[in-house]
Amino acid sequence: MTRQPVRFYQVGSFAVGNRLLDDEDRTVQSNPNRTNSIDSGHRACQGCGEVLGARYALDAAMRASNGQLVAVNATGCLEVFSTPYPETSWRIAWLHSLFGNAPAVATGVAAAMRVKGKSEVRVVAQAGDGGTVDIGFGCLSGMFERNDDVLFICYDNQGYMNTGVQRSAATPPAARTATTVTAGPEPGNVFGQGKDLPRIAMAHDIPYVATATVADLHDLEQKVERAMEIHGARYLHVLVPCPLGWGSASNETIHIARLAKETGLFPVFEAEHGTVTAVSPIRRRTPVEEYLKLQRRYAHLFGQTPRPDIVARLQEIADENIARYGLITNDSEDSVSTGVTA
Amino acid sequence: METPFAITLDAGTSRANHTGSWRIERPLYVDRLPPCNNACPAGEDIQGWLYEAESGNYEAAWRKLVEVNPLPAVMGRICFHPCETACNRVQVDDAVGINAVERFLGDLAIEHGWTLPATALDTGKRILVVGAGPAGLSATYHLRRLGHQVRLVDSAEQLGGMMRYGIPAYRLPRATLDAEIARIVDVGVEVVVGHAVRDIEAERRAGKFDAVFLAVGAQIGKRVDIPAGDSSKVIDAVSFLHQVAQGDPPLLGRRVAVYGGGDTALDAARTARRLGATDAVIIYRRNRERMPAHGEELEQALGEGVTMRWLSTVDRFEDGRLVLETMRLGDQGSPEPTGEYEELDADALLLALGQDTDLSLLEGAHDVVVNDGVVEVQPTMMTGEDGVFAGGDAVPADRTATVAVGHGKRAARGIDAYVMGTALESAPKHELATFDTLNTWYYTDAPRTQRPELERIRRQTNFEEVVGGLTEENALFEARRCLSCGNCFECDNCYGVCPDNAVIKLGAGQRYQFDFDFCKGCGICVKECPCGAITMVPERI
Repeated sequence: MTRQPVRFYQVGSFAVGNRLLDDEDRTVQSNPNRTNSIDSGHRACQGCGEVLGARYALDAAMRASNGQLVAVNATGCLEVFSTPYPETSWRIAWLHSLFGNAPAVATGVAAAMRVKGKSEVRVVAQAGDGGTVDIGFGCLSGMFERNDDVLFICYDNQGYMNTGVQRSAATPPAARTATTVTAGPEPGNVFGQGKDLPRIAMAHDIPYVATATVADLHDLEQKVERAMEIHGARYLHVLVPCPLGWGSASNETIHIARLAKETGLFPVFEAEHGTVTAVSPIRRRTPVEEYLKLQRRYAHLFGQTPRPDIVARLQEIADENIARYGLITNDSEDSVSTGVTA
Repeated sequence: METPFAITLDAGTSRANHTGSWRIERPLYVDRLPPCNNACPAGEDIQGWLYEAESGNYEAAWRKLVEVNPLPAVMGRICFHPCETACNRVQVDDAVGINAVERFLGDLAIEHGWTLPATALDTGKRILVVGAGPAGLSATYHLRRLGHQVRLVDSAEQLGGMMRYGIPAYRLPRATLDAEIARIVDVGVEVVVGHAVRDIEAERRAGKFDAVFLAVGAQIGKRVDIPAGDSSKVIDAVSFLHQVAQGDPPLLGRRVAVYGGGDTALDAARTARRLGATDAVIIYRRNRERMPAHGEELEQALGEGVTMRWLSTVDRFEDGRLVLETMRLGDQGSPEPTGEYEELDADALLLALGQDTDLSLLEGAHDVVVNDGVVEVQPTMMTGEDGVFAGGDAVPADRTATVAVGHGKRAARGIDAYVMGTALESAPKHELATFDTLNTWYYTDAPRTQRPELERIRRQTNFEEVVGGLTEENALFEARRCLSCGNCFECDNCYGVCPDNAVIKLGAGQRYQFDFDFCKGCGICVKECPCGAITMVPERI
């Protein structure tokens, strides 16, 4: 896909909007008439990353589909905080069934639209990481295999947050959850388990797989736009920090997502038909400590009995990602030498 | 509507749920003081005019600029830009080239013939301004804008003061100076040149002036007693530069020594080089770190072949030979004699040891307090004598043209309050926009655009301007490097990052507003604001 590089306009291409750019070159989120797919008054926690990710992705999908969009939602935070009856925060066509069947329901919606001859209506399915990597995994794999015309978006906050922060197969190693306690020689979640769903999706050879974070809006919107250009099964995995489950300050949400990418712990890339086609290189390389220390779920790695050995293993994971996806380029700078924090 | 079994309410929007009640802290849009504005001796709103320049709206930028400083093309050349030293961008890559953009705007205004804003209605008050240097011209302009009549008097034949008779043409082309002065005079000023004021009180009475602004500068080169033979040529640098500016340069010979370490010493040495001196040596009693001259000027001088004798004083000058005593720096950094001597061949010695002010015109003004050769003033720039104000090099402050421009503006406001019988009110200063209030992630890396310099070999022999200007494209790029510290530039970040859609975008130029019905007070907008224009304050409960 071709991207129009933004000429140097004071904040370049990183901020949400830019008064010096034409309207069509600005992000969807900078538009005063954006859909606001999920409206004010929802009950997401202060500083929730998931609601941001959902609004970013769905507003972009609404623009790409000219408003002809149906969203299918799995059970999870996103569903619970947006629709406590009789209130709803959704300003788009939205459907919720069960925790595990969102991909199957979306397949059905797409089939129904096809039968009705409404080829212009596009279908998005969305779930948290629990609904994606654990409970909805079977349905999702089937949807991928059949190459059904659905964009599936996973908002990954690395655990079952709404039920009280339990471990999911997307919880990273060493992280504390209610079910991975910080006791024993290997505190927190175990190493070597869990599922890397973007790579599993790629193994299905579907047309489009991408990862993104709420820290890079331009990248996220471009990926949604690209996904909407394609028909067939598509998968978008968005990292959405959770102040409640991660034990981070509510104002740090975007900062932490940025650090996840800049450390290499969360590789941001896109792939077509099983092959990686582009990566978002690290701009200011950061050691994993700076990411971990902002989150109480990793507090047991620091403090009175620090575990530099475990931090080193997490750094190894980051380094492996950097090597696997080629995240360091000539433009990357070392934050240690510049003294500039991300 | 009929509701299903066990359902008692209709479906409704979540906007009924005012999540603003969760909040314990609320975000607040603020304007912080950018460090450039804070550092500007003339009090320019630098961030403000760069903001206009960024959009290519150069005339609006220039108009904002001349609200404070009527000499942008001049200042864009000779100001030592403390704004750039203070610039927060230094900590990202390199300071914004504010001075270069100012010059670009100033030159553009001259090219297009933009005129200064119209003056206010005539107040009928008459003000005498003595001295037409940067302070006097600035005061004249600001007084005229406030509606007062001004008589501007200078002892020289042309207006400009030290800008004309002190600063060499290779730093400030006279066409530029003439254009900016003419623009001020065109606002409607009674100009009297070639008239030296001998008695300020008599002059004030005779002309029935309501107030006087004294901006006579510091025109007299300080002399020290250096034993010199009859044939030895010793000239003070200020007179030397004055004569050169009048087109009447004295003959110096091939080997010229300059005694002193300030900007005047550098100007004198560089001018001597241009007049044909093969050797121009600056003799200074301290070292480079302790030199009062500006680093940029020194680099340019060295590039033109001027040489330095650090840690030396002139003991005597006889028969074409200077005897220098070597110094060493004591514990306090002050030079101490070592008793060791060396010799240097020289045809002429220029003294650049500082300047004094001629205050003989104040003899009739008994209440003016003169301390250490300069006039004591209050914050309004009024001296001890009622209605007599002073500024520029004649009062205690850094002796730069930019400080003088600032004095002129301040004095104009002080004079206005005095003659109109009003109280001088100044708006409270905003909190400083320090580097830690910024989120520099959002600024792309962009190295500074350097101004081209005349090739060295060319500038050794003529008085062409050394530092060139920026092209339009470069000036625009440079303006866009501004981080807009502490002042919203409508990047939409707060509008985009709010999880609760609780930021309302008011439209271009109108900024934003919080919707406190729904703002949960998470603080993401504060954290992700690039320029530090939002802060969190405790909620009143």
